[in-house]
Amino acid sequence: MSPLSFDLQLLNACAALLLLLSFSMLSQRRIVNLVNLLALQGALLCAATLLVAWRTGQGHLYLSAALTLALKVIGLPLLLHRLIRRLNVYWDAEPVINTSGTMLIGLLVVVFSFGLAQPISALASTATRSTLGIAIAVILLSFLTMITRRKAMSQVVAFLSMENGLFFGAMSATYGMPMVVELGVALDVLVAMLVLGVFFFQIREQFDSLDLHHLESLKEGE
Amino acid sequence: MEVLLLLGSPLLGALTLWAFGARSWAPGLNVLFSAATFAAACALTARVIASGPMVLAREQFLVDPFNVFLVTLTAFVGLTTSIFSRPYMRVEAEHGRVSPGRLRLYHSMYQLFTATMLIALTTNNLGLLWVAMEAATLSTVLLVTLYRTPASLEAGWKYFILCGVGIAQALFGTMLLYFAAERVLGAEGVTALLWTHLDAVKGQLEPTVLSLAFVFLLVGYGTKVGLAPLHNWLPDAHAEGPTPISAVLSGLLLNVAIYAVVRCKVLVEGSLRSALPSQMMMGFGLLSVVLAAFFLWRQRDIKRLFAYSSIEHMGIITFAFGMGGPVANFAALLHMTVHSLTKSAIFFAVGHAAQKAGSQLIENIRGLVTISPTIGWGLMLGSLAILGMPPFGVFASEFLILTTAMKQQPWATPLLLLALGVAFAAIFGKVQPMVFGETPMRRLPHPPALLPVFVHLALVLMLGLYVPPYLAGWYRDAARLIGGP
Repeated sequence: MSPLSFDLQLLNACAALLLLLSFSMLSQRRIVNLVNLLALQGALLCAATLLVAWRTGQGHLYLSAALTLALKVIGLPLLLHRLIRRLNVYWDAEPVINTSGTMLIGLLVVVFSFGLAQPISALASTATRSTLGIAIAVILLSFLTMITRRKAMSQVVAFLSMENGLFFGAMSATYGMPMVVELGVALDVLVAMLVLGVFFFQIREQFDSLDLHHLESLKEGE
Repeated sequence: MEVLLLLGSPLLGALTLWAFGARSWAPGLNVLFSAATFAAACALTARVIASGPMVLAREQFLVDPFNVFLVTLTAFVGLTTSIFSRPYMRVEAEHGRVSPGRLRLYHSMYQLFTATMLIALTTNNLGLLWVAMEAATLSTVLLVTLYRTPASLEAGWKYFILCGVGIAQALFGTMLLYFAAERVLGAEGVTALLWTHLDAVKGQLEPTVLSLAFVFLLVGYGTKVGLAPLHNWLPDAHAEGPTPISAVLSGLLLNVAIYAVVRCKVLVEGSLRSALPSQMMMGFGLLSVVLAAFFLWRQRDIKRLFAYSSIEHMGIITFAFGMGGPVANFAALLHMTVHSLTKSAIFFAVGHAAQKAGSQLIENIRGLVTISPTIGWGLMLGSLAILGMPPFGVFASEFLILTTAMKQQPWATPLLLLALGVAFAAIFGKVQPMVFGETPMRRLPHPPALLPVFVHLALVLMLGLYVPPYLAGWYRDAARLIGGP
């Protein structure tokens, strides 16, 4: 196999950094930092999309990159930062599983994701197919982050990171989804954030806290 | 044209009611927009009867026998629920549970929710289907938390996060489907997510990718259907929201989610030529039926009780679609129709009963027949219908499903019968004292207007005795379309 061209190496570097970011999100407990990591993840996703757009000359990917930049690098992190300030939630509580345990599970998740991606990558014709495993790993690691966190805010950040992973996966497997779908998904994410903003204020008004253990009274058989 | 009217009416309604939703005539306007939607749905139905299936708007929309009856059903239940919600929400406002601002939100989101469901049903683009399903969740989250009680906030949060995560899986599944389709339909990708095009080439789609895609799609949309073990959000969201919302969530949204699963199943089955999708659906379906039946025993809240009953019925429908074949598909489609009519009727009656008793706890609601015969008999007949007593329609569809199961999947029949028996004992045992028990309360001076309940029950009764030929024709066409082993 010939040595990889420069842009592909750059893309692989982006993918590797995305994976690294997912791991740091897994261990980060300061919520402000968590949001910054999310913005950085968005920026990397945007850079990767631009690279692929330039390499393949597909016009709609430029638009998709612009959308990522506007929404995931600037818009949502700003919104989240404002929410954090207004609601005064800076730290997450002790995670459900301790950090080293979570990291070990995370490693297993990555191995599993590469196994899962293997048959699909083998079929893909895109130059970016080798990064599909990383995309799946990002999705599953975000899932893990969501499970191990107690604060509503961290869960939302993990949810958005999962969305980033999905977009990265779509890009590596098929150079992105059709435009109308990407626009629709972006709209949904934006609306979801607005709904959440309202929702957080309702939760806080009611409980004076954003800790999710208040939200555990609806149990079976009560 | 009809589709434009069908989707335009609720969207316009959402905008108008966002502006005027707090006025005293807003509930009437809500009914009016729902009626316009229903009229458009009828016109669309007439058009499809006259000229057969069609694709519209650069193939982005598809109307065929499978979705046209669901469109009509959705518009119909949307209309009756809006009629029911008029007096119901007025009483809630008088009790001080909702402020005018929240009523505005309620009316506007009600219309938006109807619009998202209709888009999900009529779109030909599997990507748009996903977008509409997610939008349907988002438009109802704030309705579940309308009362702002701690329990409703918890329910809303669970609903948001569980359905959000679930539906993210479905997006990944859709992506994999697109990936497989792109290899066959060409790299431009304009047509590669259109269901009609996918259906035409389903035999050539890569089986390994599609089986993986189906796992994600079933888990993703299955979360919205409320299939066990992904059902945790459902009882909470149904119990804590306002009753009209419980009625449409249970009667309509779950149907739309099943519709999404079945559309995907048709494609995957065509590609795989194996029983994997069928077996997965039967497994999830059976697990939901059995689990829900036993959870029914432990419920003390009347709306949670019927929410679990919805899980049970969704399980039955998923199982029937999993078995496949003309008879089981026919029965599943019939069951979708009668379940959604019966369950919304029950929620209407339960809503009034809980409002009169001032509590949703079963032990606090007693002697409905003495307080108000219409509510009492409405609830009793509705419960008997949903439990599958003849001559109601649920009996006909469950009977068909059971007899097909005996032929095709004999191992599953005892489990199904056991679950149905357990569910019968649980629900009947709880509803009977609610309706006929002793009560210190006196009879209401004015009987409440429960016309929607009896209209729904009459339709269910009719479907049990006689299915009109054109409806049967649709069911058969749709059943053929869905196919199966």
